Amino acid sequence: MEEKKLLEVKDLKVSFFTPAGEVKAVDGVSYELGYGEVMGIVGESGSGKSVEAYSIIGLLQNPGRVIGGSITFEGEDILSYSEKQMQDFRGNKVSMIFQNPMTCLNPVYTIGNQLMEALMCHRSMPKAEAKKQAMEMLELVGINNVEKRMVQYPHELSGGMRQRVMIAMGLICHPQLLIADEPTTALDVTIQAQILELMKNLQKKTQMSIIFITHNLGVVAEICDKVSVMYGGKIVEQGLVNDIFYSPAHPYTRGLLRSMPRVDAEEYERLIPIEGTPIDLLNAPAGCSFAPRCEHCMKVCLNQKPAYTDLGNKHISACWLHAKDAKKEA
Amino acid sequence: MEKDLLKIENLKKYFKINGSMINKEYVHAVESVSFSIKKGETLGLVGESGCGKTTLGRTILRLHEPTSGKIIYDGTSIYDSENKKQPDMLPYRRKMQIIFQDPSASLDPRMTVGDIVGESIDIHKLAASKKDREDMIRELLAKVGLNTEHANRYPHEFSGGQQQRVGIARALAVQPEFIVCDEPISALDVSIQSQIVNMLEDMQHEMGLTYLFIAHDLSVVRHISNRIGVMYLGNLVELGDSYELNKNPLHPYTKTLLSAVPIPDPQKSKERQRIVLEGDIPSPVHPPSGCRFHTRCPYATERCKQEIPKLRELEPGHFSACHIL
Repeated sequence: MEEKKLLEVKDLKVSFFTPAGEVKAVDGVSYELGYGEVMGIVGESGSGKSVEAYSIIGLLQNPGRVIGGSITFEGEDILSYSEKQMQDFRGNKVSMIFQNPMTCLNPVYTIGNQLMEALMCHRSMPKAEAKKQAMEMLELVGINNVEKRMVQYPHELSGGMRQRVMIAMGLICHPQLLIADEPTTALDVTIQAQILELMKNLQKKTQMSIIFITHNLGVVAEICDKVSVMYGGKIVEQGLVNDIFYSPAHPYTRGLLRSMPRVDAEEYERLIPIEGTPIDLLNAPAGCSFAPRCEHCMKVCLNQKPAYTDLGNKHISACWLHAKDAKKEA
Repeated sequence: MEKDLLKIENLKKYFKINGSMINKEYVHAVESVSFSIKKGETLGLVGESGCGKTTLGRTILRLHEPTSGKIIYDGTSIYDSENKKQPDMLPYRRKMQIIFQDPSASLDPRMTVGDIVGESIDIHKLAASKKDREDMIRELLAKVGLNTEHANRYPHEFSGGQQQRVGIARALAVQPEFIVCDEPISALDVSIQSQIVNMLEDMQHEMGLTYLFIAHDLSVVRHISNRIGVMYLGNLVELGDSYELNKNPLHPYTKTLLSAVPIPDPQKSKERQRIVLEGDIPSPVHPPSGCRFHTRCPYATERCKQEIPKLRELEPGHFSACHIL
């Protein structure tokens, strides 16, 4: 039986047209997200993970443009939405929380004001009712002294508290999909732990789907059901969280896992880094984008882009190393 | 590892804010911290933002003038609040260097990489001739894994990882003995972090360097350090061998900090018990009385609110400041 999908992204291509040339920030990304599923997108800066998410919610800024592919949300093509439809879609069905809450909250409005605005715009709710709901939401995300917080300004709150407000704002219209763009990166580890616990609990309670964008594999292991690993604008490997961590197939994923020092390691082991520097998307290589840094690089890697190999159980990886296995199976 | 290279005693750094005559307020950034670092050792400092770890690193180099306390480098005092006149730092700057967190902000955008690295060579007059200087710069760039022809380029032409390499080359230019590494890898991409960590380790072996390694990422600090100090609100709450401290953390704060670090292993991270702290770090302007951690500590007693706990040696080489231990 075919599972019902909340979000389907097919062969999405996003380019930035800069004076220096076209930058293919997202180059043919496909994935599906089910109801109540939490997907992690991992990648380095410049891998296209944020741009990809921005295009779902229609926040791409000039000179960025979607130049191909489709995004389907509950069977509807989002890319064909008008600006008005998009406004209705944003906040109501999909919302986003950002990395730095200080720059994303409006410094000249109170917390309460900003929370109520969403309700009054999207739900045409009377003010008193909106206030009640906003306060409930703040309580839900673990903020105490709600009455007092409602009339405070963002600068009066601590970083962790602000991120809680951001989450409250993201959830206030009960969206089906929450896109979290590095929500814990700017926070301290103990606060990060608080926020992760909170998001896990809220996800269980509301059964929403989450796309969790991060570069921290530890965070992914904790919160996600499945993972997409991005490099150079492409998903190089995708699979369930256990498959990605216990049997990584793509050299980049393996390299990432190997290069991290682990707090649970038994004894000192020298780190094995991924050599080279991140890809320059202005001069993207012809073949596999990871080839220049890959220890298994072959001739074919430099000239031709690898196709996805199905490794079973929804685990796919784009690497020429799997080509042998693929042929055998066929 | 034999003698102490650096020793600090009761080092304090307060920053004055709201400076009216009657109502003086201070940020208690570093509060009576004492420790010593042996030659060739790496001491890691961890803590959340605002715990004073960066201030401590800079105060040791006297980039911030200490409020009080003592700093002894290689047997000679470089700061003693009991003395009226403090020694000139210039000769010590050759021995003590620093690598900063944000490589793009710590390199002058209008200087070429060669001049950035060469500036300290000029200040300390280490080069005999112009050609000598060029050779030194080239050698340094090669050492940190940069192309020697890059000496004429400007910082913005490099990636973050390469910029950090320039920052390291600059610190190494004067052949120092002691380097404060202030979050040298937290601004870098994951795949680049391990390159820099390995390079720092290689340099240490090769040149016999001593590091004070400051970071908020416990897994990295544990990897690179021989000993780790844990800071909370300006106080050193625990100090011990890095593996011992991870296996057997004593202070409640160290325990929470350790349990908060995400482990890249889905099974392990589901199984383990996490201690989640309530609330946020209190303000260092009005730090809590007694033990600084008592407002968030699950084991806090009445005594913790009144009395400041002292750092005691509870196991050989393992110190902790807590009343309940």
